[in-house]
Amino acid sequence: MYEPKIIGFLCNWCSYRGADTAGMARMKYPPNVKIIRVPCSGRISPELVLRTFREGADGVMVLGCHIGDCHYSTGNHRTAKRMPVLKRLLEYSGIDSDRLAINWVSAAEGEKFATVIKEFTEQISAMPPFAETMKMEETK
Amino acid sequence: MSEKIGVYVCHCGSNIAGVVNVAEVSAWAGKELAKNGVVIARDYKFMCSSLGQELIEKDIKEHNLTRVVVAACSPHLHEPTFRNACARAGVNPYLFEMTNIREQDSWVTTDKLEATKKAKALIGAAVGRVVYQQPLSSLFVPIDPQVLIVGGGVTGIQAALEIADSGRKVFLVEREPTIGGHMAQFDKTFPTLDCSACILTPKMFDAGNHKNITLLTWSEVEKVEGYIGNFTVTIRKRARFITEDLCTGCGVCWEKCPKKVIDPVFEAGLGYRKAVYTPFPQAVPNYPVIDHENCTFFQKGTCKVCQKFCPTGAIDFEQQDEIITIKVGNIILATGWDLFDTRKVPNYGYGRLANVYTSLEFERLSNASGPTGGNIVLRDGKTVPKSVAIVHCVGSRDQNYHPYCSAICCMQSLKFAHLVEEKTGADVYNCYIDIRTPGKGYEEFYQRLLGEGTHFIRGKVAEITDAARNASEEGKLIVQVEDTLIGKQRRIPVDMVILSAAMEARHDAKEVAQKFGISCSHDDWFIERHPKLDPVATMTDGVFVAGACQGPKDIPASVAQGAAAAARVLSIIGQGEIEIEAATAIVDDVTCVGCTQCVSSCPYQAIEFQAERGKAYVIEALCKGCGTCVGTCLPKSITLKHFTDEQIVAEMIGAMTVMKSFEVVAPVPVEVA
Ligand SMILES: Cc1cc2nc3c(=O)[nH]c(=O)nc-3n(C[C@H](O)[C@H](O)[C@H](O)COP(=O)(O)OP(=O)(O)OC[C@H]3O[C@@H](n4cnc5c(N)ncnc54)[C@H](O)[C@@H]3O)c2cc1C
Ligand code: SF4
Ligand code: SF4
Ligand code: SF4
Ligand code: FES
Repeated sequence: MYEPKIIGFLCNWCSYRGADTAGMARMKYPPNVKIIRVPCSGRISPELVLRTFREGADGVMVLGCHIGDCHYSTGNHRTAKRMPVLKRLLEYSGIDSDRLAINWVSAAEGEKFATVIKEFTEQISAMPPFAETMKMEETK
Repeated sequence: MSEKIGVYVCHCGSNIAGVVNVAEVSAWAGKELAKNGVVIARDYKFMCSSLGQELIEKDIKEHNLTRVVVAACSPHLHEPTFRNACARAGVNPYLFEMTNIREQDSWVTTDKLEATKKAKALIGAAVGRVVYQQPLSSLFVPIDPQVLIVGGGVTGIQAALEIADSGRKVFLVEREPTIGGHMAQFDKTFPTLDCSACILTPKMFDAGNHKNITLLTWSEVEKVEGYIGNFTVTIRKRARFITEDLCTGCGVCWEKCPKKVIDPVFEAGLGYRKAVYTPFPQAVPNYPVIDHENCTFFQKGTCKVCQKFCPTGAIDFEQQDEIITIKVGNIILATGWDLFDTRKVPNYGYGRLANVYTSLEFERLSNASGPTGGNIVLRDGKTVPKSVAIVHCVGSRDQNYHPYCSAICCMQSLKFAHLVEEKTGADVYNCYIDIRTPGKGYEEFYQRLLGEGTHFIRGKVAEITDAARNASEEGKLIVQVEDTLIGKQRRIPVDMVILSAAMEARHDAKEVAQKFGISCSHDDWFIERHPKLDPVATMTDGVFVAGACQGPKDIPASVAQGAAAAARVLSIIGQGEIEIEAATAIVDDVTCVGCTQCVSSCPYQAIEFQAERGKAYVIEALCKGCGTCVGTCLPKSITLKHFTDEQIVAEMIGAMTVMKSFEVVAPVPVEVA
C-alpha cells in the first residue's frame, strides 16, 4: 500500500470553514489531503492544477462554495466552467481525469467535507501512484 | 538565504499536543527546514496567549526574524492575533503565515504518527510560501456616515433611533405604507401584557419626526452597489397617488371611498380597509396610499370620489414611482418574519373550518382597535365562544414543516389563554408538546396561567374536525389529541381553535439576501457572521442583520439586536475610515494585451478597460481579492497580491517535498538462487 499524496485547494469562505467545522465536530478522515487555502475556488487556474500534478501529486481537489453561495457571488461560476474543460485537457495529456475532484462544500457541511475527503482518498488509493503511471506512459 | 524565519508550534493545551508530537515537529522544522531559512523553531503551550505572542515579538527583535509561521488553530480564529503581534515587533503582517494543525489535523486524525507527519507537511508548505510573501499595506477608505435601515418593524425603528440620536443620518426604508411591523398588529405583549400600541406608537412617532431620519415607506431597495463605507443604493418609492406635502391625514378620502377591500396584511385577512387607506389610525407617516389594484378609478376608469372630497387637493392620480439614489456607509437589514401558512397542515382545517384561527388573526380579534373592537367572537361576528383550544407548535418542531422551535409561540399561546379567559370566561385548552419559557418573567407568567385555570394538555394535536360522534360534539370543533401525561386519546369539543403558527423567514428572504450580498441558512433566515460572538454582523462588511430576519425571536431580543447593530455601525462610523482588503489584484501594464477577458470575469466590476492606454486597470477599492480574474488572463498579466502563483506553487511544493520525504523507498527484492 502506498500513501497517496493529495493537494486540496479550498476556498477560504465555505470549504476551508467546512474543514474547520469537521474538525470542531472531531470527525475523523484520512490525513493524505494537504489543504491550501485560496480566497475563492475561482482563483484556481488550470495551470496551478497541472503544476501540482507535475510535482507528483496523486490527486488534486478543488473545493468551493455551492453555486449561489460563493462569497464573491459568482467566483465559483468560473470554477464550474473551467474545471470540466481542465478534466478533458487532463485526459488529453494522458492523466486520468478522476485524479481531479471538484466539489462544493459549505461552511456548515463538516460531515460532507469528511465524506468527500474519505471517498477521494480511497478512490486515489485504488489507483496506481501517479509517478508510476507517468513512467508507463513514457515507456509506451 | 537572507530571510530569517521563525516557526512556532502550538500545543493548544492538549488539543494539539495530545495527538501531534509537537516537540518532535518543532525540532524537525528547526533542522530540516533550516535550508529554507528557518532559524528558530519552538513549541509552546498556548501561542495565542499574551506570553505566546510576546515570545514571537521577542524573537523577532532578538533574532532579527523577517518572517513568521505559526502552526496552531484555524487562521479564521487567530490570524489577526498573530498578524498584530508581528506588526508590533516591526514585521509586516503579510509576512506572517498561519497553518492549521488543530481543526484540520489533530482533531480529525486518529493515528498520532500520521497526525505528526501531516503537521510537518503543513508547516513545510507554510514555510515554502512565507518566503515568497510580500509586505502589503492596507488601503484606507473613508466611511460615509449615512446609514440605510431596511424594514421598519420594532427592530428597525430601534436601530434608527439609536443612530439618529447620535447625530447621524438614517434612511429607513419600509415596504408597507407605515412603519411598525408585526408589533403594531398585536393587542397585548407578553409577559407584562402591556398594550402593544401604547409602547410602540411613541417610538414610531419619534422615528417619523426625527430630524435625522428620512422615512421612505411604500418603498423598496432595488439595487445595492459598492462596499463598506461607500454603498450606492437605489430605492423605488412607489406612487402613493397622494401629494405628501399637501395631505393633512384628515381621513376624508378613506371615509368617502366606496371600495372596501379585505386587508390581508395589517388585519391578517380578518377585517376590511378602503382602496385608499392607512393601515391603522396611528400609522407613521399618516398620509394614505391608493391601492392601485383595487381602486375603482384605476381598474374601471371612473370614480375619483376621494379626489372630489379631499379638502387640500392632495390626491394625484398621475403620480409616478420615484427612483431615489442614496449614498450610505453601512446597512442594517431588519426585515422580520412571515407567519407560517397553516393551510399547509390540512388536518387542522384552517380555511375549511370557519372557527379555526391563526395566531395573527387572533391578535386582531382581541385588539380593541381591530375589526371586532376587541370582542372575541366567532366568525359570525356575534357568538362569544364558551370553549377555546390553542394549538402550540403549528409548523414548528415538525420535520414536515420547520424543524426549529419558533421561540415565541409558547409565550404567545399563554398570552392568548389569558386574554380569552379574561375577556370571555371561556374554558381554555392549551395543547402543547413542551412548554418553553426561557426569558425574564416568562416562567412566572406560565405559573400564573397554571393558577388561572387554563387546561394544559401535553400532546401533539392529530386532527381538528367538525364530524361529531355524539350529541355533545354536535356543532363543535373537535380537537383530537393524545394526552401523553395520562396516556389517553382525547376528543375535546370546542367553539374556537387558535393555531399558534411558526415564525418563518420572509418569503423573499433569499432575493433580499442576494441583493445585499449576504447568505441565508437552509430555512432562509439570514446568516450572521458568528452565532455567538458576532450575532449581528454578516460575512459582508458593512451589512448587518437584526431582529427576526435572523431567526425567530421575541420583542426584547429584537430590540436588543436593533440597538446592537446600531452600536456596531456607530463604531465603524466613529473610526472615520476603514481598512479594506490589501490582497487585491493588480494588472501588469507591460504584459497586458488589452484583451478585456478579465473585465467580464470580475464579480464586482472592479476591472475597467482604459481604452486610451489599451490596458485593463483594477480599481483597488472595489476589488475584493477573489482572484477569479487571474485565471482568465492568458498572458498572465494579473497578479492577486498575497495569493500569487509563486506563493501558491511554493506552498504546494513545500507540502509535496515533505510528503515525498516520508515515502519509504521500496526495498529492492533480492533474487534468491
Ligand atoms: C402571533 C404572535 C404574537 C407575538 N407576540 C409577542 C409578544 O407578545 N411579545 C414579544 O416579545 N414578541 C411577540 N411576538 C414576536 C414579535 O412579533 C417579533 O419579535 C417582532 O415582530 C420582531 O420584529 P422585527 O422588527 O424584527 O420584524 P417585523 O415585525 O416583521 O418587522 C419587519 C418590517 O420590515 C418590513 N419589510 C420586510 N421586508 C422588507 C423589504 N424587503 N423592504 C422593506 N421593508 C421590508 C416589514 O414590512 C415590517 O414592517 C409575537 C409573534 C407572533 C407570531
Ligand atoms: S382627504 Fe386629502 S388631506 Fe385628507 S387624508 Fe385624504 S389625501 Fe390626505
Ligand atoms: S379613486 Fe375611488 S376607488 Fe380609487 S381610491 Fe379614490 S375613491 Fe377609492
Ligand atoms: S480579484 Fe476578484 S474582485 Fe479583484 S479584480 Fe479580480 S476578479 Fe475582480
Ligand atoms: S468563495 Fe468559496 S467558491 Fe468563491
